[in-house]
Amino acid sequence: MGGEESLGSGAAGKLKIGWFSFSCCEDNTVIFTELMNDHWQEWKQLFDFRHARVLQSHNVLDELDIAFIEGAIASDDHAAKLKEIRERSRKLVAIGACAVVGMPAAQRNYFHEEQKQEIEFLIARFKALPRVLKVSDVVKVDAEVGGCPMDPKKFLEAVTSLVGEWKAASGNQKIVGK
Amino acid sequence: MHSVDLDISIDRLTKVEGSAALDVTVRGGKVEKAAFKITEYKRFFTQAMRGKPVIAVPQLLSRICGTCSNAHIIADIEACEHALGIGPTEQTRILRDLTMYGLNIRDHALHLYLFALPDIRGKDAFLDFDENDPVEHQMLHDGFAIKAAGNFLSELVAGRSVHAPHPTIGGFLHFPDEKGIGEAIAKLDAARPAVLRTIGVFKNAPFHFDRKTDFMALVPTDHYGFIEGCIMTGSGECITEDGYRDHLEHVVLPYSQASGYRYRGGSYMVGALARMNLAKNLLHAKTKESLGGTLDLFPSTDIFMSNLAQAIEILHCLDHALEILQTRTFAPEPVIQATPREAVGIGVVEAPRGTLYHKIHLGADGMVKDGEIIVPTGQNQINIEEDVAVLVNGLLPDTPKEKIHFEIEKLIRAYDPCMSCAAHFLKLRWS
Repeated sequence: MGGEESLGSGAAGKLKIGWFSFSCCEDNTVIFTELMNDHWQEWKQLFDFRHARVLQSHNVLDELDIAFIEGAIASDDHAAKLKEIRERSRKLVAIGACAVVGMPAAQRNYFHEEQKQEIEFLIARFKALPRVLKVSDVVKVDAEVGGCPMDPKKFLEAVTSLVGEWKAASGNQKIVGK
Repeated sequence: MHSVDLDISIDRLTKVEGSAALDVTVRGGKVEKAAFKITEYKRFFTQAMRGKPVIAVPQLLSRICGTCSNAHIIADIEACEHALGIGPTEQTRILRDLTMYGLNIRDHALHLYLFALPDIRGKDAFLDFDENDPVEHQMLHDGFAIKAAGNFLSELVAGRSVHAPHPTIGGFLHFPDEKGIGEAIAKLDAARPAVLRTIGVFKNAPFHFDRKTDFMALVPTDHYGFIEGCIMTGSGECITEDGYRDHLEHVVLPYSQASGYRYRGGSYMVGALARMNLAKNLLHAKTKESLGGTLDLFPSTDIFMSNLAQAIEILHCLDHALEILQTRTFAPEPVIQATPREAVGIGVVEAPRGTLYHKIHLGADGMVKDGEIIVPTGQNQINIEEDVAVLVNGLLPDTPKEKIHFEIEKLIRAYDPCMSCAAHFLKLRWS
């Protein structure tokens, strides 16, 4: 995609949001649902959740305004899915330590030989990657919110910034694409 | 109408914690196999803990699971303390109880409102509820208010609702202040009518699935709780925490990233329903008074009664937390120090989803030599498969495939499985 694109093309002009979890403990999902306690009414007005398996059964991976990615990339299937999300998303935000730096999901990358030998048959059985990757190893990342779990204030700042960008752009109806 | 041979596959279950799938194989009109597969990639925590200093291990193992993290911390602290030969002070015990109460209020409310309630209301998502409909408006506000009260209690006592920084081996690193205690009392008190409405909703829910199975839970001696006690099976015996592992048979499920378990050759269930069946008499007096005849519904083998059991546990956690916060103060205490020794320590707690077991083999140098973790969803895995097979057999041959798919997900959701924990555990494939 390139050139000029309008943002906020979801239902009733809402931002189309995806929330995706790869290899991790999903602590950021929990923090996200806790932030909803105070922000659900505002987010209901702003966001069209297109893909969020923790919230709903009907999930669509079409054009997204913002994709939030938690977790590290542990298999070829993960990598292919992440690339597909990247292709369909205007902004992609890595959320939490596993997505941003790979750890602790990538702790097996640092195992010594004996530990590696112990887990080898499981890596083979489930076709896992030889090394676990952080999100930016696989796709371009537009913003990062670190922490284990993510820092809720930083997450809200990132969301406010992205929404601000969208609102400014939607004033003109058009912005220069990602 | 289905043919007598059918392959059903659900690639990824929704409104559950983590990644899971299910393959169901129907041959000659009967379910030949139901395989509940946990598809979270293993992160190898039991290997990673080796060689780590004991002080770091509870925080490391917390990262097994975001949603149950505080239960992992408390279980692991208990295991480490047993290995070190120390025990908690009375105040530490109470702060740990409050940590588990905050966790259960927040976690059960997340499951009941965001995962289970949409099925009852015929909606896909909790956020799809209609604010202009008085019933759904109330539910939206109740769900988030209860969650927020539990979250606040966790933050006050444990420092955070996820990967809590305050609990440590030998005590706590921070103590609740008067202002925070006052705020927590106000929030919990304000949420109580919402919790009573939640109990009403799940008591009157229209879903039922009954299949006889065995239950197991850590049952305390004095008050309904999540940390102390021995493991009861309902058969009259009570297994000590260190004897627990000897009673479980590890079952390798080659299609799943998680391990299954059997008890005396049979499947069993852990979680809120097991706890309510085995320990309802220990609930807080105020909780029992408010519940009246509702408690007569237990013991139950209807898996959907687990949702009601969770709602009742929220009320117990809230009532006991209120009593504690209103009647006592907390003074800073030094963390109990211990000299490392070579020993094995076992920690068993009731996590929101059931019995959680941590074992730590500590070396004399203070480093962890080895360990083992058994999580609730791993223990429930075989019971879930057996339930799915009976459910699908009952729906064949005339139920549309989409309806079967929905009914399976609904049933599995009642177990409130946690795949992050279990893969340290699911895809649905029809075959």
